[in-house]
Amino acid sequence: MSTILVYLESQGNGLKRSSLEAITAAVDTGYTVIGLLADGKEENVQAAAEYGLTKCLLAKHPLLAEKSSPVAASAIAQAARYSQANYVMASANSNGKEIAPRVAVKLQAGYIPDAISLESSAGSIIAKRPAYAGKAIVSVQISTQVGVITLRPNVFTAKKRSASLTVEEFSPEITTEDIRARVTGVSKNEGRLDVSEADIIVSGGRGLKAAENYNLIESLAQVLGGAVGSSRAVVDAGWRPHSEQIGQTGKTVSPSLYFACGISGAIQHLAGMSTSKIIVAINKDKDAPIFKVADYGIVGDILEVLPKLTEALRRTLNK
Amino acid sequence: MNIVVCISQVPDTTTKVTVAPDGKKISSAGVKFILNPYDEFALEEGLQLRAKYGGSVTAVTVGGDSAKEILRTALAMGVDKAVLIKDDERADSFGVAHNLAEAAREADIAILGRQSIDFDSYGTAAMTAELLNLPSASMVSKLSIDGTKVVAECDIDGGKETIELSLPCVISVQKGLNEPRYPKLPDIMKAKSKPIEERASAGVAPRVRTLSMELPKSSRIGKVLGDSDADIQELVRLLHEEAKAI
Ligand SMILES: Cc1cc2nc3c(=O)[nH]c(=O)nc-3n(C[C@H](O)[C@H](O)[C@H](O)COP(=O)(O)OP(=O)(O)OC[C@H]3O[C@@H](n4cnc5c(N)ncnc54)[C@H](O)[C@@H]3O)c2cc1C
Ligand SMILES: Nc1ncnc2c1ncn2[C@@H]1O[C@H](COP(=O)(O)O)[C@@H](O)[C@H]1O
Repeated sequence: MSTILVYLESQGNGLKRSSLEAITAAVDTGYTVIGLLADGKEENVQAAAEYGLTKCLLAKHPLLAEKSSPVAASAIAQAARYSQANYVMASANSNGKEIAPRVAVKLQAGYIPDAISLESSAGSIIAKRPAYAGKAIVSVQISTQVGVITLRPNVFTAKKRSASLTVEEFSPEITTEDIRARVTGVSKNEGRLDVSEADIIVSGGRGLKAAENYNLIESLAQVLGGAVGSSRAVVDAGWRPHSEQIGQTGKTVSPSLYFACGISGAIQHLAGMSTSKIIVAINKDKDAPIFKVADYGIVGDILEVLPKLTEALRRTLNK
Repeated sequence: MNIVVCISQVPDTTTKVTVAPDGKKISSAGVKFILNPYDEFALEEGLQLRAKYGGSVTAVTVGGDSAKEILRTALAMGVDKAVLIKDDERADSFGVAHNLAEAAREADIAILGRQSIDFDSYGTAAMTAELLNLPSASMVSKLSIDGTKVVAECDIDGGKETIELSLPCVISVQKGLNEPRYPKLPDIMKAKSKPIEERASAGVAPRVRTLSMELPKSSRIGKVLGDSDADIQELVRLLHEEAKAI
Protein backbone atom coordinates (compact mmCIF):
# COMPACT_ATOMS: atom_id res chain seq x y z
CA MET A 1 0.00 0.00 0.00
CA SER A 2 1.42 3.37 -0.96
CA THR A 3 1.80 5.78 1.89
CA ILE A 4 2.30 9.51 2.39
CA LEU A 5 3.70 10.89 5.64
CA VAL A 6 2.47 14.43 6.28
CA TYR A 7 4.46 16.67 8.62
CA LEU A 8 2.02 18.58 10.82
CA GLU A 9 2.56 21.77 12.79
CA SER A 10 0.67 22.92 15.87
CA GLN A 11 -1.00 26.23 16.38
CA GLY A 12 -2.55 26.90 19.76
CA ASN A 13 -4.45 23.74 20.68
CA GLY A 14 -4.95 22.63 17.10
CA LEU A 15 -3.08 22.45 13.83
CA LYS A 16 -1.98 25.18 11.44
CA ARG A 17 -4.30 25.69 8.52
CA SER A 18 -1.42 24.86 6.16
CA SER A 19 -1.18 21.45 7.85
CA LEU A 20 -4.89 20.81 7.28
CA GLU A 21 -4.39 21.79 3.64
CA ALA A 22 -1.52 19.30 3.39
CA ILE A 23 -3.70 16.54 4.85
CA THR A 24 -6.42 17.30 2.28
CA ALA A 25 -3.96 17.33 -0.62
CA ALA A 26 -2.44 14.04 0.51
CA VAL A 27 -5.80 12.29 1.10
CA ASP A 28 -6.99 13.46 -2.33
CA THR A 29 -4.19 11.49 -4.02
CA GLY A 30 -5.78 8.24 -2.81
CA TYR A 31 -2.68 7.18 -0.87
CA THR A 32 -2.79 6.02 2.73
CA VAL A 33 -1.97 9.11 4.77
CA ILE A 34 -0.15 9.14 8.10
CA GLY A 35 0.42 12.36 10.01
CA LEU A 36 3.46 13.21 12.10
CA LEU A 37 3.27 15.79 14.86
CA ALA A 38 6.52 16.67 16.58
CA ASP A 39 5.60 19.90 18.33
CA GLY A 40 2.40 19.21 20.20
CA LYS A 41 0.15 17.05 22.29
CA GLU A 42 -2.45 14.49 21.35
CA GLU A 43 -5.26 17.08 21.66
CA ASN A 44 -3.69 19.07 18.82
CA VAL A 45 -4.09 16.14 16.45
CA GLN A 46 -7.77 15.51 17.10
CA ALA A 47 -8.93 18.20 14.67
CA ALA A 48 -7.16 16.31 11.88
CA ALA A 49 -9.72 13.48 12.06
CA GLU A 50 -12.28 15.90 10.66
CA TYR A 51 -10.08 16.26 7.60
CA GLY A 52 -9.84 12.55 6.90
CA LEU A 53 -6.64 11.61 8.73
CA THR A 54 -6.83 8.03 10.01
CA LYS A 55 -3.44 7.65 11.65
CA CYS A 56 -1.00 10.01 13.29
CA LEU A 57 2.41 9.50 14.82
CA LEU A 58 3.03 11.66 17.86
CA ALA A 59 6.78 12.16 18.18
CA LYS A 60 8.03 12.28 21.76
CA HIS A 61 11.51 13.32 22.72
CA PRO A 62 12.72 15.97 25.18
CA LEU A 63 15.06 17.50 22.56
CA LEU A 64 12.16 18.18 20.18
CA ALA A 65 11.40 21.17 22.38
CA GLU A 66 14.64 22.74 21.13
CA LYS A 67 13.45 24.58 18.06
CA SER A 68 16.04 23.26 15.68
CA SER A 69 15.48 22.34 12.04
CA PRO A 70 18.15 19.58 11.91
CA VAL A 71 16.37 17.93 14.85
CA ALA A 72 12.95 18.15 13.18
CA ALA A 73 14.44 16.83 9.92
CA SER A 74 15.94 13.88 11.74
CA ALA A 75 12.62 13.03 13.43
CA ILE A 76 10.74 13.25 10.13
CA ALA A 77 13.24 11.07 8.28
CA GLN A 78 13.02 8.43 11.01
CA ALA A 79 9.22 8.50 10.95
CA ALA A 80 9.26 8.16 7.16
CA ARG A 81 11.42 5.04 7.39
CA TYR A 82 9.34 3.66 10.23
CA SER A 83 6.08 4.11 8.31
CA GLN A 84 7.68 3.05 5.01
CA ALA A 85 6.36 6.19 3.39
CA ASN A 86 6.70 6.64 -0.36
CA TYR A 87 6.32 10.39 -0.02
CA VAL A 88 6.86 12.92 2.73
CA MET A 89 4.80 16.10 2.44
CA ALA A 90 4.96 19.38 4.32
CA SER A 91 3.76 22.92 3.84
CA ALA A 92 6.10 25.19 1.87
CA ASN A 93 6.01 27.75 4.70
CA SER A 94 9.27 29.09 6.12
CA ASN A 95 9.61 26.09 8.42
CA GLY A 96 8.89 23.54 5.69
CA LYS A 97 11.30 25.16 3.24
CA GLU A 98 14.08 24.84 5.80
CA ILE A 99 13.36 21.29 6.94
CA ALA A 100 12.21 19.48 3.78
CA PRO A 101 15.49 19.73 1.81
CA ARG A 102 17.30 18.16 4.77
CA VAL A 103 14.76 15.35 4.97
CA ALA A 104 15.24 14.71 1.25
CA VAL A 105 19.00 14.39 1.67
CA LYS A 106 18.61 12.03 4.64
CA LEU A 107 16.20 9.79 2.72
CA GLN A 108 18.16 10.03 -0.55
CA ALA A 109 14.91 11.30 -1.94
CA GLY A 110 14.03 13.57 -4.83
CA TYR A 111 12.67 16.93 -3.67
CA ILE A 112 9.87 18.99 -5.21
CA PRO A 113 9.37 22.38 -3.57
CA ASP A 114 6.24 24.53 -3.68
CA ALA A 115 3.80 22.23 -5.51
CA ILE A 116 0.50 23.79 -6.57
CA SER A 117 -1.19 20.58 -7.75
CA LEU A 118 -0.73 16.86 -7.26
CA GLU A 119 -1.98 14.03 -9.39
CA SER A 120 -1.38 10.35 -8.80
CA SER A 121 -0.58 8.43 -11.92
CA ALA A 122 0.54 4.82 -12.30
CA GLY A 123 1.89 4.42 -8.79
CA SER A 124 3.61 7.76 -8.56
CA ILE A 125 2.79 11.43 -8.10
CA ILE A 126 3.08 14.14 -10.73
CA ALA A 127 3.32 17.60 -9.23
CA LYS A 128 2.98 20.98 -10.86
CA ARG A 129 5.01 23.89 -9.59
CA PRO A 130 5.61 27.45 -10.73
CA ALA A 131 8.99 28.43 -12.19
CA TYR A 132 10.42 31.72 -13.45
CA ALA A 133 8.33 33.64 -10.95
CA GLY A 134 5.11 32.02 -12.09
CA LYS A 135 5.74 32.77 -15.77
CA ALA A 136 5.87 29.02 -16.42
CA ILE A 137 4.43 25.92 -14.78
CA VAL A 138 6.46 22.70 -14.80
CA SER A 139 5.17 19.17 -14.29
CA VAL A 140 7.72 17.16 -12.36
CA GLN A 141 8.05 13.62 -11.11
CA ILE A 142 10.40 12.12 -8.56
CA SER A 143 12.53 9.27 -9.87
CA THR A 144 13.84 7.96 -6.55
CA GLN A 145 12.05 5.41 -4.40
CA VAL A 146 11.05 8.00 -1.84
CA GLY A 147 10.09 11.60 -2.54
CA VAL A 148 9.73 14.79 -0.53
CA ILE A 149 7.20 17.43 -1.63
CA THR A 150 6.30 20.79 -0.10
CA LEU A 151 2.95 22.39 -0.89
CA ARG A 152 2.41 26.09 -1.48
CA PRO A 153 0.23 27.44 1.35
CA ASN A 154 -3.36 28.50 0.57
CA VAL A 155 -3.48 26.73 -2.80
CA PHE A 156 -4.98 23.45 -1.63
CA THR A 157 -8.25 24.10 0.19
CA ALA A 158 -8.69 22.12 3.43
CA LYS A 159 -11.78 19.89 3.06
CA LYS A 160 -13.73 18.36 5.89
CA ARG A 161 -14.48 14.64 5.76
CA SER A 162 -14.85 12.36 8.71
CA ALA A 163 -12.50 9.59 9.70
CA SER A 164 -11.63 7.83 12.89
CA LEU A 165 -8.15 8.62 13.98
CA THR A 166 -5.67 6.45 15.83
CA VAL A 167 -2.69 8.11 17.46
CA GLU A 168 0.53 6.24 18.03
CA GLU A 169 3.50 7.47 20.01
CA PHE A 170 6.78 7.50 18.19
CA SER A 171 10.18 7.97 19.81
CA PRO A 172 12.85 9.16 17.40
CA GLU A 173 16.49 8.87 18.34
CA ILE A 174 17.92 12.33 18.75
CA THR A 175 21.18 13.36 20.35
CA THR A 176 22.32 16.81 21.45
CA GLU A 177 24.72 16.76 18.48
CA ASP A 178 21.70 16.98 16.18
CA ILE A 179 20.79 20.40 17.54
CA ARG A 180 23.63 22.55 16.17
CA ALA A 181 21.29 25.39 15.18
CA ARG A 182 18.59 26.58 17.50
CA VAL A 183 16.01 29.30 17.48
CA THR A 184 16.64 31.59 20.42
CA GLY A 185 14.05 34.25 19.73
CA VAL A 186 11.00 34.96 17.63
CA SER A 187 9.44 38.36 17.01
CA LYS A 188 6.09 38.33 15.31
CA ASN A 189 4.80 41.42 13.58
CA GLU A 190 2.48 42.07 16.51
CA GLY A 191 -0.96 43.48 16.15
CA ARG A 192 -1.03 43.25 12.39
CA LEU A 193 -2.06 40.26 10.35
CA ASP A 194 0.85 39.21 8.16
CA VAL A 195 0.32 38.84 4.41
CA SER A 196 1.75 35.32 4.44
CA GLU A 197 -0.99 34.19 6.82
CA ALA A 198 -3.95 36.18 5.49
CA ASP A 199 -6.91 34.92 3.52
CA ILE A 200 -7.69 38.37 2.15
CA ILE A 201 -5.04 40.92 1.21
CA VAL A 202 -5.52 44.54 0.22
CA SER A 203 -2.41 45.92 -1.45
CA GLY A 204 -1.55 49.46 -2.39
CA GLY A 205 0.88 50.87 -4.95
CA ARG A 206 2.32 54.14 -6.10
CA GLY A 207 -1.13 55.14 -7.38
CA LEU A 208 -1.95 56.10 -3.79
CA LYS A 209 0.20 59.19 -4.29
CA ALA A 210 1.22 59.62 -0.62
CA ALA A 211 1.87 57.55 2.50
CA GLU A 212 -1.08 59.21 4.29
CA ASN A 213 -3.51 57.80 1.75
CA TYR A 214 -2.67 54.30 2.97
CA ASN A 215 -5.44 54.75 5.54
CA LEU A 216 -7.81 54.02 2.64
CA ILE A 217 -6.12 50.64 2.16
CA GLU A 218 -6.17 49.99 5.90
CA SER A 219 -9.90 50.75 6.20
CA LEU A 220 -10.76 48.37 3.38
CA ALA A 221 -8.52 45.66 4.88
CA GLN A 222 -10.15 46.17 8.25
CA VAL A 223 -13.70 45.81 6.92
CA LEU A 224 -12.70 42.57 5.20
CA GLY A 225 -10.61 41.24 8.10
CA GLY A 226 -7.64 41.12 5.77
CA ALA A 227 -3.97 42.09 5.78
CA VAL A 228 -2.30 45.09 4.17
CA GLY A 229 0.21 44.47 1.37
CA SER A 230 2.39 46.72 -0.75
CA SER A 231 4.16 46.97 -4.08
CA ARG A 232 7.89 47.49 -4.07
CA ALA A 233 7.51 51.06 -5.28
CA VAL A 234 5.85 52.12 -2.02
CA VAL A 235 8.28 50.11 0.12
CA ASP A 236 11.23 51.72 -1.68
CA ALA A 237 9.61 55.11 -1.14
CA GLY A 238 9.62 54.35 2.58
CA TRP A 239 5.82 54.50 2.92
CA ARG A 240 5.52 50.92 4.13
CA PRO A 241 7.76 48.23 5.73
CA HIS A 242 9.47 45.55 3.64
CA SER A 243 7.56 42.85 5.55
CA GLU A 244 4.47 43.92 3.56
CA GLN A 245 6.09 43.78 0.13
CA ILE A 246 4.56 41.30 -2.28
CA GLY A 247 6.40 40.01 -5.29
CA GLN A 248 9.62 38.53 -6.45
CA THR A 249 11.78 40.28 -3.85
CA GLY A 250 9.03 40.25 -1.24
CA LYS A 251 6.55 37.61 -0.19
CA THR A 252 4.70 35.06 -2.27
CA VAL A 253 1.04 34.86 -1.33
CA SER A 254 -2.06 33.00 -2.54
CA PRO A 255 -5.01 34.43 -0.60
CA SER A 256 -8.57 33.69 -1.64
CA LEU A 257 -9.07 37.38 -2.39
CA TYR A 258 -6.41 39.90 -3.48
CA PHE A 259 -7.00 43.62 -4.09
CA ALA A 260 -4.40 45.49 -6.14
CA CYS A 261 -5.09 49.20 -5.69
CA GLY A 262 -3.06 51.63 -7.76
CA ILE A 263 -0.61 48.89 -8.70
CA SER A 264 0.45 48.66 -12.35
CA GLY A 265 0.99 44.90 -12.36
CA ALA A 266 4.71 44.66 -13.16
CA ILE A 267 5.87 41.10 -13.73
CA GLN A 268 7.85 41.12 -10.47
CA HIS A 269 4.69 42.03 -8.54
CA LEU A 270 2.65 39.36 -10.33
CA ALA A 271 5.31 36.81 -9.33
CA GLY A 272 4.18 37.15 -5.74
CA MET A 273 0.41 37.06 -6.13
CA SER A 274 -0.64 35.48 -9.41
CA THR A 275 -1.85 32.27 -7.75
CA SER A 276 -4.40 34.19 -5.65
CA LYS A 277 -7.88 32.73 -6.13
CA ILE A 278 -9.73 35.96 -6.96
CA ILE A 279 -7.91 39.12 -8.00
CA VAL A 280 -9.53 42.56 -7.99
CA ALA A 281 -7.73 45.48 -9.63
CA ILE A 282 -8.49 49.16 -9.19
CA ASN A 283 -6.53 51.43 -11.49
CA LYS A 284 -7.23 54.62 -13.39
CA ASP A 285 -5.40 53.37 -16.48
CA LYS A 286 -7.61 50.89 -18.36
CA ASP A 287 -4.53 49.50 -20.10
CA ALA A 288 -2.61 48.75 -16.90
CA PRO A 289 -1.19 45.18 -17.10
CA ILE A 290 -2.82 44.27 -13.77
CA PHE A 291 -6.20 44.06 -15.57
CA LYS A 292 -4.87 41.13 -17.63
CA VAL A 293 -4.66 38.96 -14.51
CA ALA A 294 -7.69 40.37 -12.71
CA ASP A 295 -11.03 38.64 -12.22
CA TYR A 296 -12.75 41.95 -11.52
CA GLY A 297 -11.57 45.41 -12.30
CA ILE A 298 -12.62 48.96 -11.65
CA VAL A 299 -11.24 51.65 -13.92
CA GLY A 300 -11.16 54.73 -11.75
CA ASP A 301 -9.34 56.91 -9.25
CA ILE A 302 -8.54 54.89 -6.13
CA LEU A 303 -8.70 57.92 -3.92
CA GLU A 304 -12.38 58.21 -4.83
CA VAL A 305 -13.27 54.55 -5.37
CA LEU A 306 -11.78 53.12 -2.17
CA PRO A 307 -13.92 55.04 0.36
CA LYS A 308 -17.08 54.17 -1.58
CA LEU A 309 -16.11 50.53 -1.96
CA THR A 310 -15.24 50.24 1.73
CA GLU A 311 -18.60 51.72 2.66
CA ALA A 312 -20.53 49.45 0.26
CA LEU A 313 -18.73 46.39 1.63
CA ARG A 314 -19.37 47.46 5.19
CA ARG A 315 -23.09 47.65 4.44
CA THR A 316 -23.16 44.27 2.69
CA LEU A 317 -21.15 42.47 5.33
CA ASN A 318 -23.08 43.86 8.27
CA LYS A 319 -26.32 42.62 6.84
CA MET B 1 38.27 32.72 7.19
CA ASN B 2 37.67 30.47 4.20
CA ILE B 3 34.53 31.87 2.58
CA VAL B 4 32.68 30.22 -0.30
CA VAL B 5 29.90 32.12 -2.08
CA CYS B 6 27.55 30.18 -4.36
CA ILE B 7 26.13 32.15 -7.27
CA SER B 8 23.78 31.21 -10.06
CA GLN B 9 23.04 32.57 -13.49
CA VAL B 10 19.38 33.24 -14.19
CA PRO B 11 17.25 34.88 -16.89
CA ASP B 12 16.68 38.59 -16.32
CA THR B 13 13.46 39.21 -14.38
CA THR B 14 11.82 40.97 -17.32
CA THR B 15 12.37 37.99 -19.64
CA LYS B 16 9.35 36.97 -21.63
CA VAL B 17 9.17 33.24 -21.15
CA THR B 18 8.49 30.94 -24.10
CA VAL B 19 8.73 27.17 -24.06
CA ALA B 20 11.55 25.48 -26.01
CA PRO B 21 10.69 22.94 -28.75
CA ASP B 22 11.35 20.02 -26.36
CA GLY B 23 8.42 21.28 -24.27
CA LYS B 24 10.43 20.97 -21.06
CA LYS B 25 12.41 24.14 -20.58
CA ILE B 26 12.38 27.78 -21.57
CA SER B 27 13.69 28.77 -24.93
CA SER B 28 16.92 30.66 -24.34
CA ALA B 29 16.81 32.55 -27.63
CA GLY B 30 16.96 36.27 -26.97
CA VAL B 31 17.06 35.79 -23.19
CA LYS B 32 19.43 37.99 -21.24
CA PHE B 33 21.13 36.12 -18.40
CA ILE B 34 22.17 37.87 -15.21
CA LEU B 35 23.68 37.18 -11.81
CA ASN B 36 20.84 36.03 -9.54
CA PRO B 37 19.88 39.26 -7.68
CA TYR B 38 20.06 37.66 -4.20
CA ASP B 39 23.54 36.36 -4.89
CA GLU B 40 24.77 39.95 -5.01
CA PHE B 41 23.98 40.15 -1.29
CA ALA B 42 25.83 36.86 -0.78
CA LEU B 43 28.94 38.14 -2.58
CA GLU B 44 28.86 41.42 -0.68
CA GLU B 45 28.58 39.62 2.65
CA GLY B 46 31.50 37.37 1.75
CA LEU B 47 33.64 40.39 0.91
CA GLN B 48 32.66 42.19 4.11
CA LEU B 49 33.49 39.13 6.21
CA ARG B 50 36.90 38.94 4.53
CA ALA B 51 37.50 42.62 5.34
CA LYS B 52 36.70 41.91 9.01
CA TYR B 53 38.28 38.52 9.59
CA GLY B 54 40.79 38.11 6.75
CA GLY B 55 40.99 34.99 4.62
CA SER B 56 39.71 34.51 1.12
CA VAL B 57 36.47 34.49 -0.85
CA THR B 58 35.81 31.90 -3.56
CA ALA B 59 32.83 32.30 -5.88
CA VAL B 60 31.40 29.04 -7.24
CA THR B 61 28.76 28.40 -9.85
CA VAL B 62 27.37 25.22 -11.35
CA GLY B 63 26.52 25.81 -14.97
CA GLY B 64 27.60 25.94 -18.59
CA ASP B 65 30.32 28.07 -20.18
CA SER B 66 28.07 31.11 -20.32
CA ALA B 67 28.03 31.18 -16.50
CA LYS B 68 31.62 32.47 -16.64
CA GLU B 69 30.05 35.86 -17.12
CA ILE B 70 28.71 36.00 -13.55
CA LEU B 71 32.05 34.73 -12.24
CA ARG B 72 33.66 37.74 -13.97
CA THR B 73 31.20 39.98 -12.14
CA ALA B 74 32.21 38.31 -8.86
CA LEU B 75 35.90 38.82 -9.68
CA ALA B 76 35.23 42.46 -10.50
CA MET B 77 33.49 42.87 -7.14
CA GLY B 78 36.65 41.53 -5.52
CA VAL B 79 36.53 37.77 -4.87
CA ASP B 80 39.91 36.00 -4.77
CA LYS B 81 39.01 32.99 -6.81
CA ALA B 82 36.31 31.89 -9.25
CA VAL B 83 35.27 28.30 -9.89
CA LEU B 84 33.02 26.98 -12.64
CA ILE B 85 31.68 23.49 -12.07
CA LYS B 86 30.82 22.46 -15.59
CA ASP B 87 27.32 21.14 -15.92
CA ASP B 88 25.60 22.12 -19.14
CA GLU B 89 22.39 20.39 -18.18
CA ARG B 90 22.29 22.14 -14.77
CA ALA B 91 20.92 18.81 -13.38
CA ASP B 92 18.32 19.12 -10.64
CA SER B 93 18.68 20.94 -7.35
CA PHE B 94 20.20 17.90 -5.68
CA GLY B 95 22.91 17.72 -8.35
CA VAL B 96 23.66 21.41 -7.82
CA ALA B 97 23.75 21.05 -4.03
CA HIS B 98 26.00 18.01 -4.30
CA ASN B 99 28.53 19.95 -6.38
CA LEU B 100 28.33 22.98 -4.09
CA ALA B 101 28.88 20.80 -1.02
CA GLU B 102 32.04 19.37 -2.59
CA ALA B 103 33.28 22.88 -3.34
CA ALA B 104 32.51 24.10 0.19
CA ARG B 105 33.92 21.14 2.10
CA GLU B 106 36.83 23.17 3.53
CA ALA B 107 34.87 26.38 3.99
CA ASP B 108 34.27 28.07 7.35
CA ILE B 109 31.15 29.60 5.92
CA ALA B 110 29.23 29.00 2.68
CA ILE B 111 26.95 31.87 1.65
CA LEU B 112 24.07 31.50 -0.80
CA GLY B 113 21.19 33.69 -1.95
CA ARG B 114 17.77 33.11 -0.41
CA GLN B 115 16.37 31.85 -3.73
CA SER B 116 17.41 31.65 -7.33
CA ILE B 117 14.80 33.39 -9.40
CA ASP B 118 14.61 30.70 -12.08
CA PHE B 119 13.31 27.71 -10.17
CA ASP B 120 12.74 29.42 -6.82
CA SER B 121 13.56 26.26 -4.89
CA TYR B 122 14.60 28.01 -1.69
CA GLY B 123 16.25 24.73 -0.84
CA THR B 124 19.83 24.72 -2.01
CA ALA B 125 21.25 26.14 1.24
CA ALA B 126 19.58 23.62 3.55
CA MET B 127 20.36 20.78 1.16
CA THR B 128 24.04 21.76 0.89
CA ALA B 129 24.23 22.09 4.68
CA GLU B 130 22.73 18.65 5.20
CA LEU B 131 25.16 17.12 2.71
CA LEU B 132 28.02 18.71 4.67
CA ASN B 133 26.42 17.80 7.99
CA LEU B 134 26.52 21.46 8.99
CA PRO B 135 24.05 23.83 10.65
CA SER B 136 22.31 26.42 8.49
CA ALA B 137 20.19 29.55 8.65
CA SER B 138 18.06 30.78 5.75
CA MET B 139 16.76 34.20 4.66
CA VAL B 140 19.32 35.93 6.87
CA SER B 141 18.87 39.70 7.07
CA LYS B 142 21.32 40.35 9.95
CA LEU B 143 24.46 38.43 10.81
CA SER B 144 27.02 38.62 13.58
CA ILE B 145 30.00 36.37 14.13
CA ASP B 146 32.03 36.22 17.34
CA GLY B 147 34.74 33.57 17.38
CA THR B 148 32.89 30.53 16.12
CA LYS B 149 29.53 31.70 17.42
CA VAL B 150 27.11 32.90 14.76
CA VAL B 151 23.89 34.77 15.42
CA ALA B 152 21.56 35.21 12.45
CA GLU B 153 18.28 37.07 12.19
CA CYS B 154 16.06 35.31 9.67
CA ASP B 155 12.79 36.24 7.98
CA ILE B 156 9.98 33.81 8.72
CA ASP B 157 6.24 33.91 7.94
CA GLY B 158 4.85 36.81 9.90
CA GLY B 159 8.02 37.97 11.61
CA LYS B 160 11.65 37.32 12.37
CA GLU B 161 13.54 34.60 14.13
CA THR B 162 16.95 34.65 15.78
CA ILE B 163 19.03 31.53 15.21
CA GLU B 164 22.24 30.64 17.01
CA LEU B 165 24.67 28.35 15.30
CA SER B 166 28.41 27.91 15.02
CA LEU B 167 31.08 27.89 12.34
CA PRO B 168 31.45 26.10 10.04
CA CYS B 169 27.95 26.72 8.68
CA VAL B 170 25.85 27.50 5.63
CA ILE B 171 23.63 30.57 5.33
CA SER B 172 21.29 31.95 2.69
CA VAL B 173 20.91 35.70 2.62
CA GLN B 174 18.12 38.17 2.03
CA LYS B 175 17.75 41.78 1.00
CA GLY B 176 18.45 44.15 3.90
CA LEU B 177 21.64 42.41 5.02
CA ASN B 178 23.94 44.80 3.16
CA GLU B 179 24.19 47.10 0.15
CA PRO B 180 25.99 45.26 -2.67
CA ARG B 181 28.84 47.28 -4.20
CA TYR B 182 28.95 48.14 -7.87
CA PRO B 183 32.14 46.94 -9.53
CA LYS B 184 34.26 49.84 -10.87
CA LEU B 185 35.21 49.98 -14.52
CA PRO B 186 38.95 49.29 -13.99
CA ASP B 187 38.05 46.26 -11.87
CA ILE B 188 35.66 45.03 -14.56
CA MET B 189 38.49 45.35 -17.10
CA LYS B 190 40.97 43.55 -14.84
CA ALA B 191 38.48 40.75 -14.15
CA LYS B 192 38.39 39.89 -17.84
CA SER B 193 41.90 38.46 -17.73
CA LYS B 194 41.72 36.74 -14.34
CA PRO B 195 41.72 32.93 -14.33
CA ILE B 196 38.57 30.90 -13.82
CA GLU B 197 39.13 27.42 -12.49
CA GLU B 198 37.04 24.76 -14.21
CA ARG B 199 36.03 21.55 -12.52
CA ALA B 200 34.00 18.62 -13.76
CA SER B 201 30.53 18.12 -12.29
CA ALA B 202 30.18 15.12 -9.99
CA GLY B 203 27.43 13.97 -12.33
CA VAL B 204 25.06 12.46 -9.80
CA ALA B 205 21.87 10.95 -11.21
CA PRO B 206 18.97 13.40 -11.26
CA ARG B 207 16.33 12.70 -8.66
CA VAL B 208 13.55 14.74 -10.21
CA ARG B 209 12.44 14.64 -13.83
CA THR B 210 10.73 17.43 -15.69
CA LEU B 211 7.89 16.01 -17.76
CA SER B 212 6.67 19.19 -19.35
CA MET B 213 6.59 22.95 -19.09
CA GLU B 214 3.60 25.08 -19.96
CA LEU B 215 2.70 28.72 -19.75
CA PRO B 216 0.08 29.46 -17.11
CA LYS B 217 -3.40 29.57 -18.55
CA SER B 218 -5.34 32.63 -17.67
CA SER B 219 -8.58 31.38 -16.28
CA ARG B 220 -9.44 34.78 -14.93
CA ILE B 221 -12.98 36.07 -15.17
CA GLY B 222 -11.78 39.42 -16.51
CA LYS B 223 -14.84 41.59 -15.85
CA VAL B 224 -13.84 45.23 -15.96
CA LEU B 225 -16.26 47.86 -14.66
CA GLY B 226 -16.36 51.63 -14.48
CA ASP B 227 -16.26 53.73 -11.31
CA SER B 228 -19.88 54.83 -10.86
CA ASP B 229 -21.72 54.05 -7.63
CA ALA B 230 -23.66 51.37 -9.50
CA ASP B 231 -20.39 49.78 -10.70
CA ILE B 232 -19.02 49.70 -7.17
CA GLN B 233 -22.23 48.13 -5.89
CA GLU B 234 -22.00 45.60 -8.73
CA LEU B 235 -18.42 44.69 -7.73
CA VAL B 236 -19.58 44.02 -4.18
CA ARG B 237 -22.41 41.84 -5.50
CA LEU B 238 -20.04 39.90 -7.78
CA LEU B 239 -17.58 39.28 -4.95
CA HIS B 240 -20.38 38.18 -2.70
CA GLU B 241 -22.60 36.15 -5.02
CA GLU B 242 -20.52 35.10 -8.04
CA ALA B 243 -17.05 34.63 -6.58
CA LYS B 244 -18.30 33.92 -3.05
CA ALA B 245 -15.05 35.49 -1.89
CA ILE B 246 -16.60 37.55 0.91
C1 LIG C 1 14.82 42.59 -9.67
C2 LIG C 1 13.51 43.29 -9.42
C3 LIG C 1 12.69 42.84 -8.39
C4 LIG C 1 11.46 43.45 -8.11
N1 LIG C 1 10.67 42.96 -7.12
C5 LIG C 1 9.45 43.51 -6.91
C6 LIG C 1 8.58 42.99 -5.89
O1 LIG C 1 8.90 42.05 -5.15
N2 LIG C 1 7.36 43.55 -5.75
C7 LIG C 1 6.93 44.59 -6.52
O2 LIG C 1 5.79 45.04 -6.34
N3 LIG C 1 7.74 45.12 -7.45
C8 LIG C 1 9.00 44.61 -7.65
N4 LIG C 1 9.82 45.19 -8.58
C9 LIG C 1 9.43 46.50 -9.16
C10 LIG C 1 8.42 46.42 -10.28
O3 LIG C 1 9.12 46.25 -11.51
C11 LIG C 1 7.60 47.72 -10.35
O4 LIG C 1 8.47 48.81 -10.47
C12 LIG C 1 6.69 47.96 -9.14
O5 LIG C 1 5.93 46.79 -8.86
C13 LIG C 1 5.78 49.12 -9.42
O6 LIG C 1 4.99 49.43 -8.30
P1 LIG C 1 3.58 50.11 -8.48
O7 LIG C 1 2.71 49.26 -9.32
O8 LIG C 1 3.10 50.46 -7.11
O9 LIG C 1 3.95 51.49 -9.19
P2 LIG C 1 3.75 51.96 -10.69
O10 LIG C 1 4.30 51.02 -11.65
O11 LIG C 1 4.21 53.37 -10.72
O12 LIG C 1 2.18 51.93 -10.90
C14 LIG C 1 1.28 52.80 -10.32
C15 LIG C 1 -0.09 52.49 -10.92
O13 LIG C 1 -1.05 53.25 -10.26
C16 LIG C 1 -1.97 53.77 -11.22
N5 LIG C 1 -2.50 55.01 -10.66
C17 LIG C 1 -1.87 56.20 -10.48
N6 LIG C 1 -2.70 57.07 -9.87
C18 LIG C 1 -3.86 56.45 -9.66
C19 LIG C 1 -5.09 56.80 -9.08
N7 LIG C 1 -5.28 58.04 -8.56
N8 LIG C 1 -6.08 55.89 -9.06
C20 LIG C 1 -5.89 54.66 -9.57
N9 LIG C 1 -4.75 54.25 -10.12
C21 LIG C 1 -3.74 55.12 -10.17
C22 LIG C 1 -1.18 53.96 -12.48
O14 LIG C 1 -2.03 53.87 -13.61
C23 LIG C 1 -0.19 52.78 -12.41
O15 LIG C 1 -0.71 51.65 -13.07
C24 LIG C 1 11.05 44.58 -8.88
C25 LIG C 1 11.87 45.05 -9.91
C26 LIG C 1 13.08 44.42 -10.19
C27 LIG C 1 13.92 44.94 -11.32
N1 LIG D 1 23.66 26.43 -10.32
C1 LIG D 1 24.03 27.03 -9.18
N2 LIG D 1 25.34 27.29 -8.94
C2 LIG D 1 25.72 27.89 -7.78
N3 LIG D 1 24.88 28.27 -6.82
C3 LIG D 1 23.56 28.03 -7.00
C4 LIG D 1 23.07 27.40 -8.18
N4 LIG D 1 21.72 27.31 -8.06
C5 LIG D 1 21.40 27.84 -6.87
N5 LIG D 1 22.51 28.29 -6.22
C6 LIG D 1 22.57 28.98 -4.92
O1 LIG D 1 21.45 28.62 -4.16
C7 LIG D 1 20.66 29.78 -3.82
C8 LIG D 1 19.21 29.38 -3.68
O2 LIG D 1 18.74 28.81 -4.88
P1 LIG D 1 17.42 27.91 -4.95
O3 LIG D 1 17.48 26.98 -3.79
O4 LIG D 1 17.52 27.24 -6.27
O5 LIG D 1 16.25 28.86 -4.87
C9 LIG D 1 21.01 30.77 -4.91
O6 LIG D 1 20.75 32.09 -4.50
C10 LIG D 1 22.50 30.48 -5.09
O7 LIG D 1 23.26 31.09 -4.05
